[in-house]
Amino acid sequence: MSAVITASGLSKRYKSALALDNISFQVEPGRIVGLIGPNGAGKTTALKAILGLTDFSGELNVLGFDPRKQRDKLMGEVCFIADVAVLPRWIKVRQAVDFVANVHPRFDRAKCEAFLARTKLQPDQRVRQMSKGMIVQLHLALVMAIDARLLILDEPTLGLDILYRKQFYQNLLEDYFDENKTIIVTTHQVEEVEHILTDLMFIRDGRIVLDADMDAVGDRFIEVMVGADRAEAARALKPLDERQVFGKSIFLFDGANRATLEQLGETRRPSVSDLFVATMKGTYA
Amino acid sequence: MKTFYWLLKRELWEHRGGFFWAPVITGGVFLLLNLMGIITGEVMGRRHGFNFAFGGADNNMRLLNRALDKNSMDNVGAGLDMAMYSPTLIIGVVLGFVVFFYCLGALYDDRRDRSLLFWKSLPITDTATVLSKVVTATVVAPLIAVAVGMLTGIVMLLMFAITLSFHGVGVWHLLLLSHPLQVIANLVGSIPLYLLWTLPTVGWLMLCSAWARSKPFLWAVVLPVALGIVIGWFNLLGTIDLQNSWYWRNVVARALFSVFPGGWLSEVPRVGGNNPAEVLSTLSVTHTYVALASPNVWIGVAAAAAMLAGAIWFRRWRDDS
Repeated sequence: MSAVITASGLSKRYKSALALDNISFQVEPGRIVGLIGPNGAGKTTALKAILGLTDFSGELNVLGFDPRKQRDKLMGEVCFIADVAVLPRWIKVRQAVDFVANVHPRFDRAKCEAFLARTKLQPDQRVRQMSKGMIVQLHLALVMAIDARLLILDEPTLGLDILYRKQFYQNLLEDYFDENKTIIVTTHQVEEVEHILTDLMFIRDGRIVLDADMDAVGDRFIEVMVGADRAEAARALKPLDERQVFGKSIFLFDGANRATLEQLGETRRPSVSDLFVATMKGTYA
Repeated sequence: MKTFYWLLKRELWEHRGGFFWAPVITGGVFLLLNLMGIITGEVMGRRHGFNFAFGGADNNMRLLNRALDKNSMDNVGAGLDMAMYSPTLIIGVVLGFVVFFYCLGALYDDRRDRSLLFWKSLPITDTATVLSKVVTATVVAPLIAVAVGMLTGIVMLLMFAITLSFHGVGVWHLLLLSHPLQVIANLVGSIPLYLLWTLPTVGWLMLCSAWARSKPFLWAVVLPVALGIVIGWFNLLGTIDLQNSWYWRNVVARALFSVFPGGWLSEVPRVGGNNPAEVLSTLSVTHTYVALASPNVWIGVAAAAAMLAGAIWFRRWRDDS
């Protein structure tokens, strides 16, 4: 199958700043891609470009459509959850389901109602009477009932408590995701998504600084815990990052020789959040 | 087509208060005031030994029959028709305000509360979205207003007829003098005129609504008014000879106040008359459609088409930021 998204030379300039700086990437079907970057790195701009919500320069192909010209057709195949509370506050659960059921050709009403039955949402409840967590439940029920090929999540769990957050990703994996679907997710709560991601994309100052699948990340980046006596030897190998835990130093290496590192101490695969912090060092400085 | 129907329904869900409850409450208040008026009349009349209806003593029917030659019979009927029109006139003013603020918010409110991102995640064209809002403002809202106005009018007619019947005037006799079907036909028939007349205001307000990053009301009102003041100032200096009053009447008024029904009567020659029947006959649709011969109406429609095209373009590219 061909790529779900192909971007080449994507740029977007706001009045004062360059939000996307000539980026190129591809997303294959059946992947869960984490698009991760600090605040203001250009994540949301990239997603808006993919969704046809903003203008840009460069080439972008999403499921065979040009988002600038065919947004309405594209939206038949793409679903989108922005950070919480973008559902209109006046709408009732029943109205939201009715509306989407009647304007979206790929919406499965029975499926949506089954999802809603698992929540405390009432048909006559308005969005303004719901907590943030319930709004996300409603939005997720609507979106999961749509048989879309691409799902885009922009900070979907922002401001939710841990119960809702866990449940959100669990529902997504168990009841929605399969090999024909692709999910792109941006979030700051990296720890919660890292075990579901298949691909990782780091974005910083409008540029992609890392684009790899998780296996490649595991091969390329190695963390070593080194005793104080060998710390100097480790530093000589030019680690990306160094931090101290219980009198030992933890070094993060990019593309170093695994055998060499194993002689220095215990090696392991770094967590995405450690990798992120190391890569983004100095962003706000 | 199905999508468009649901888009209209969506607008009604969101704006039930303005499109439905505002006319209903206005009609209710109107009926209440009239009821109070009738009761006041009855009480005062009784206190002063004076019969309210037709100012007669106890021989109303005789007086009435004597009075009702062909001509004044027409006038009684016309008076009753007027009474039926009157709630719709008041509701029409309310409709004007509702439509004005609806159009200003139509393409702005969802950008402000970011629900735009939800609507835009559905496979609906921006053209369909904007047109559904135009149809809501120019067809659906006036239809509801006319329906509520008519019901109120009929209730009021019955109220007056029943009051008069206490004074010896037969209800059915009176009701037969009125022309409810004609009134309904005239009001419903005026909706296409309303649509055409109101389009430039709807277009301008929606353009501002789609374009403004904040405070669409200020932009929509201040821009044309400020321009008018500048023109007036140049006139005062005598540097250029621009027709100031022409600008206010044909640009400002058409861009801001054409949402109020009846404005098209300014394009109809000979409105009014010496008695109610004459006035009403000049207000009937068979007469008011003369307004369509006026270029003012069609220039307005053309300007509206351009402004709505602009609104659709801005709707496409303005995001929630």
